[in-house]
This record gives sequence, C-alpha cells and structure tokens, in this order.
Amino acid sequence: MTEPQSFSELLPNTVGEPTFNEPWQAQAFALTVTAHKQDLFTWDEWATCLSEEITADKAAGGPEDGSNYYALWLSALERLITVKGAATEEELSGLKQAWTESYLATPHGQPVQEP
Amino acid sequence: MPHDSHDHTDPPSDLALRVKALETALTRKGYVDPDAIDAVVDTFETKVGPRNGAAVIAKAWTDPAFKRRLLDDASAACAELGFSGQQGEQLKVVENTDAVHNMVVCTLCSCYPWPVLGLPPSWYKSHAYRSRAVIEPRAVLQEFGVDIPNNKEVRVWDSTAELRYLVLPELPAGTDGFTEDALAELVSRDSMIGTGVAQA
Repeated sequence: MTEPQSFSELLPNTVGEPTFNEPWQAQAFALTVTAHKQDLFTWDEWATCLSEEITADKAAGGPEDGSNYYALWLSALERLITVKGAATEEELSGLKQAWTESYLATPHGQPVQEP
Repeated sequence: MPHDSHDHTDPPSDLALRVKALETALTRKGYVDPDAIDAVVDTFETKVGPRNGAAVIAKAWTDPAFKRRLLDDASAACAELGFSGQQGEQLKVVENTDAVHNMVVCTLCSCYPWPVLGLPPSWYKSHAYRSRAVIEPRAVLQEFGVDIPNNKEVRVWDSTAELRYLVLPELPAGTDGFTEDALAELVSRDSMIGTGVAQA
C-alpha cells in the first residue's frame, strides 16, 4: 500500500507544461485518434482498453504520478490493433527490428528511411 | 572493435520504435494517413487548450442566454463559439454556486473535454488523483490550495467515454465592468476542472 502523498510534492506545478513530453507520445496519441476516425475501433472500445492497462498497472504497483501514462497508452493501442486484426504481434516486432536496423545503417545526420 | 559514431544513427527509445512500428503497419495497410497524423499533432499542440474553455466561461458570465444554453446543451453551446470535435460531443457543464463546488475526475482512464481544455495535465492522469479525488476530495482540493468551507457541498463528477464535464466556476468578486476578454484571463485551466477557482 502506497502512502498517500500530497499533490504539491507528487505533482509539482504543471501549468505551462508541454502537451507531450516526447515526440513519440504525440505520435502515439495522434495515431490513436486517426485510427479511430478511420473506424478501426470505437472510442468506447479504446477507453475500455486503456482503462484495463491503467487498472493492471495500478494493481502491479506502477508509478502513482502518471509518468508512464503514454507507455500504458501505447500498450493499449498495440493490444487493440492486434485484437482488431489490423496487425499481428509478430508483424509489429518485425517492423520494430527493421526500424532499429534502418537507424543503425543510416550515417549520422542523414534522414532515416522507412524500412 | 573501433567505433565511429558517424557511421550510424542511434535508434530512439524502445517506446519510440514501437510507435514507429505501429505507424508503419497501419500506414502500409491504408488504415491511417501520415499527413492526418501530423495534422492531429498540430491541432493538439497549437490549436486546442484551456483558452477555449476560458472563452466559453467568460461568455457564460456575461451573457445569461448563452449560459442557459450552455447548461442545457454544452456541446451545442461550445460549438457556437467554434469549439467542437472529438471528446466534445457529449459535454456537460456543472455550475459552481455558493452552495456547491464541483470537481471532475476520470477514475478509469483520462476522459477529458479536449475541444475546450486541450489534453489533460499530468496529475489528471495519475493513479493518485484518480483514486483520491473520489475518496477524499476535500483533502485533494486543499493540496491544490482550494479550501472549501464545510457547509459547502463538494460534488465529484466521474467522466466517461460517453460524457465529459466542464466546471463553470463562480464569477470572482470585484469584476464589475470587466470585458469578456478580461474575464477570460481570470479563468484558469484548474478552475474548469474544479481543482482551482477563478480569481480576480
């Protein structure tokens, strides 16, 4: 059981914080909104899937401050996409490996090509 | 092995690579268009945010007919000002009075009225706020610096994917003669979530 912490120490002043802390968070967010607009899933299905990730993370003792929120968001999106049959887990891990290799094969300063 | 740092590009984080893999998979199959993804990012980084909500609140403070429409059908009233779109379809405005203070949480995920507030602050997405806002709202409010007298009721509204809430804060005293724009400046993001109050 985590001791309740005060919001002032847990969550310092957040006025003026950036919308996204890292570019991948913006991409994951926008990918979700775009896929929903293309009717790949309903928003209700999305909210349910994200809730499940958040509930499981809380039960597993995840950070209280929400710092892993977009990581949970990404896991939810991967799961929903595979449940919907739009991609398989193997496909996603293969593409991740291909992107890694594409970075490693690109001289520093050159644009990285899609694998 | 000798290592020349210029002969490759360091891959980004594991999380970033997973997003790239998803985007590539969905783009190749025609489910998403990369330009549409960029447009969504641009919208949320530059076009929507709590200034939209502040304009709605200031108008409600100065225009009684608009306020009635806002309390009756918030989505339609916000659309009058040009604020509509995803996560704003079913919006309910809850009014603070001298007897009631409203605050909003999403206990399950992070449902939030994007067209009027933009994306939620980090604390809104924390396990701590999700659980404590319901269990001990007055204590949470105190930590935000908001003291609610014991004779005032605190109502906590739990947002869902179907229905999202916006708090209409009380008009601060000493604002007679303020223009709508000047009033909008007094409306903070937190005052529209209910973890703050509008202050002159």
